[in-house]
Amino acid sequence: MSENPTNATYVGRPLDRVDGRLKVTGGATYAHEHVEIPNTVHGYILGAAIAKGRIARIDTAEAENAPGVLHVMTHRNAPAQPDFGPPVTPTVPEVFTRARPMLSDDRVRFYDEPVALIVAETFEAARAAASLIQIRYETEPGRYDMEAHLAEAYAPPRTNAGFETDSAIGDFEGAFAAAEVKLDVSYTTPYQHHNPMEPHATTAVWSGDNLTIYTGAQTIANFRAGIANTLQLPLERVRIVSPFIGGGFGAKLIVHADTVLAALAARVVGRPVKIALTRQQMFANAGHRAKMKHDVRLGADRSGRLVATSHDVFSATSGFEEFCEQTAVFVRALYASETRRTRHRLIGLDTNRGEWMRSPGEAPGMLAFECAIDEMAEQLGLDPIEFRIRNEPTRDPERDVPFSTRNLVACMQEGAMRFGWEKRSSQPRAMRDGRFLVGYGMAAAMRPNYIGTTRARVRLSGNGQLTVQADMTDIGTGTYTILTQIAADATGLPPSAITVELGDSNFPRTAGSGGSWGAASSGSAVHNACLVLRDRIVAEARRADPSLKAEDAIFANGEIRWAGRGEPLGQLVGRLAPSGIEAEGQVERGDDYRNFSQHSYGAHFVEAGVDMDTGEIRIRRMLSTIGAGRILNQKTARSQVIGGMVWGIGAALMEESVLDPRYGHFVNHDLAEYHVPVNADVPSLDVVFLEEHDDKANVLGSKGIGELGVCGTGAAVANAIYNATGVRVREFPITLDKLLAGLA
Amino acid sequence: METAFRLNGAEVTAEADDDTPLLYILRNDMGLNSPKYGCGLAQCGSCRVIVDGDVAPSCSITLASVAGKTIETLEGIGTPGRLHPLQEAFLAEQAAQCGYCTAGMIMAAKALLDRNRDPSDNEIREALERNLCRCGTYHRIIRAVRRAAREMAR
Ligand code: FES
Ligand code: FES
Repeated sequence: MSENPTNATYVGRPLDRVDGRLKVTGGATYAHEHVEIPNTVHGYILGAAIAKGRIARIDTAEAENAPGVLHVMTHRNAPAQPDFGPPVTPTVPEVFTRARPMLSDDRVRFYDEPVALIVAETFEAARAAASLIQIRYETEPGRYDMEAHLAEAYAPPRTNAGFETDSAIGDFEGAFAAAEVKLDVSYTTPYQHHNPMEPHATTAVWSGDNLTIYTGAQTIANFRAGIANTLQLPLERVRIVSPFIGGGFGAKLIVHADTVLAALAARVVGRPVKIALTRQQMFANAGHRAKMKHDVRLGADRSGRLVATSHDVFSATSGFEEFCEQTAVFVRALYASETRRTRHRLIGLDTNRGEWMRSPGEAPGMLAFECAIDEMAEQLGLDPIEFRIRNEPTRDPERDVPFSTRNLVACMQEGAMRFGWEKRSSQPRAMRDGRFLVGYGMAAAMRPNYIGTTRARVRLSGNGQLTVQADMTDIGTGTYTILTQIAADATGLPPSAITVELGDSNFPRTAGSGGSWGAASSGSAVHNACLVLRDRIVAEARRADPSLKAEDAIFANGEIRWAGRGEPLGQLVGRLAPSGIEAEGQVERGDDYRNFSQHSYGAHFVEAGVDMDTGEIRIRRMLSTIGAGRILNQKTARSQVIGGMVWGIGAALMEESVLDPRYGHFVNHDLAEYHVPVNADVPSLDVVFLEEHDDKANVLGSKGIGELGVCGTGAAVANAIYNATGVRVREFPITLDKLLAGLA
Repeated sequence: METAFRLNGAEVTAEADDDTPLLYILRNDMGLNSPKYGCGLAQCGSCRVIVDGDVAPSCSITLASVAGKTIETLEGIGTPGRLHPLQEAFLAEQAAQCGYCTAGMIMAAKALLDRNRDPSDNEIREALERNLCRCGTYHRIIRAVRRAAREMAR
């Protein structure tokens, strides 16, 4: 591959989003908006009115005869699909691709599980007909209350992403019992829902035996395999198209009811079928983060050195499909500690499965753990930053490998300086501004850096235009823009000569968007594809003129230059290879991934005010300092981190889905009752990126950024509230009713 | 029932039940993409359009209620080649991440700027109070509205 250096002109610069114009004019086509497909009919999903039991009788006659109705699908007439299979898939990746049959039998496994699909000429007709279906259920007693079943918690075979369920270093119990200073606390984190602004929607179109799915998918390959396995089709007969996604946050990693049912129904009625979940339906049918109880125990000597650390997580899960969030896994690498133990336990309930929600593991785990660290620092009489610095490890403590880059201490120190941390009073309730008690809080952030097997294709045509193709997606993260920048630097072409095409399974397979691996994986693959392309261009040129030396070729300013003589790339391709030159590149996990502990780090700082009479909480300002390798685009990276910080505010102060312990449904299943941060909740937020280049992470030197902003942020908010009020709330979210008692 | 109204400068008629939500008419019958379904219950703002100068959640107003009225959507205020100052500003401030909330945000902002050329930050926040953005891009949105107001004042 090409040895010559690439440019560093565009990567790192705050290039404007290349898809911005489409988005501000309504031209971006989201899942529901592929209106060019003629004859499309609409499906409406009817959900179960019970959470556990069976359908004893279902009468669809009236609905079938309603105006505009073409078909009513229930378990009695749904096309055959494979069985769902065991709660845990044999291998980790299969959880993304397994068959997810719908309407396949008379069992009801969770509240609002689809029990019928009505297909009609219009959405209104389908929805109206749904109300005509009569169902008699045989209800069975179900388990919905996690706390009531804590005693039945069990150890799963592994956590999400394939981590060990438990870990142990040394004799934790002994060290904890003997520790000079101890903390033993329990925190709870609630059910949460992703609630991307765009609900799930799919249009399925059959042409002969080939199926095309227009939907919102973070990971095209998962959707393709999920549909192929559910409908028992060869992969190559399924095409997934998802050019724009109205937010995913983990809710669009696997197929859900809309996609499966649209595909089944379109085949039955012989016309394209469009199905959109309503916002309410998303609460049961589009994944959630499970409720958890966290038992954190810390032991230290008087100098503030941790001698015992343990984090036990008890999480709700579904009885039919296990999802064990890797909630305590970060504890294995965050701080040094003489002994350590982490354990994950599950409580099976009659709900739908939990799913990956922005920063799985760290989001709920650091919320609890980084508050506990703050509590411990206070007990030790140490500044929370100083306490963390005293326990900064030099190597990954459990894996015993070096860190690639780890700038946690620098993040904390730089952040402290910029935030004015020295003005904080270590005594709670010591700062005041009018009626508001004011407090400062901080927390660390950490998130593993992943890379996933990814390919990309580039093609330079005779007119000098470069097309980049990959089945990667842009969920608002800025992928179109970042890949444009990377291709521009690798080829020397200007961004205006580059078109990035994403979100189509006809393009080379990538790891998609999720786990913050998107930019690094697809960026590296595009970079590598461009290097192969350069080699091909050089080879073409040398075929025409053997006197040219490969090592002299320079790609810059849209030209290829040899010893001072330049030619526009398009002209050269037009002259020597008029049909264009194509190349592919790829990336996969290498040895550096195994031999180094790779994480992004950060430190969050929060100033919070609490009204001393009403308990009203106002976030006054927030700052995050981030060490995440090379920043590919300052603007999109900033937006990603700030978006994460907003999620941190939500997790700390408002987000909670309430599962009815009697009937098993999410009671607050809309956006009026499930509170997400709004404009007024978001104060002045700032992000500072440390200069960093992680050469172990990938060829770009970058690390994941999309989820780091969430990790620990909520804990920083909670710690600020504690510093303001002296009231420690250990049950998230921190609502004013929980504060009031302590304020009096 | 046939209902006539004015949509982005053109007289149109829609043939549907009186109580059909305007959002479905705009999206399914008029083929417009910009008004988005986010909740269907006037809780999120992604479907907001301008009806006779006031911003309204198109998911929660009926077709019959707009008979004879004038409706503006994002498609009517500018095109990719000729952007409205608000669209320019949203672009310049990178105020769209996933972009799903953008149309509702811009329409709410336009209704504000149409009657108040120089809004304070608080007035902007108030006007956008009912618009949710799950990508959390609120800062850039406020900056974009401020920028548009400045541009329009020129
Ligand atoms: S869709 Fe109308 S306000 Fe949410
Ligand atoms: S930009 Fe994604 S919801 Fe606002």
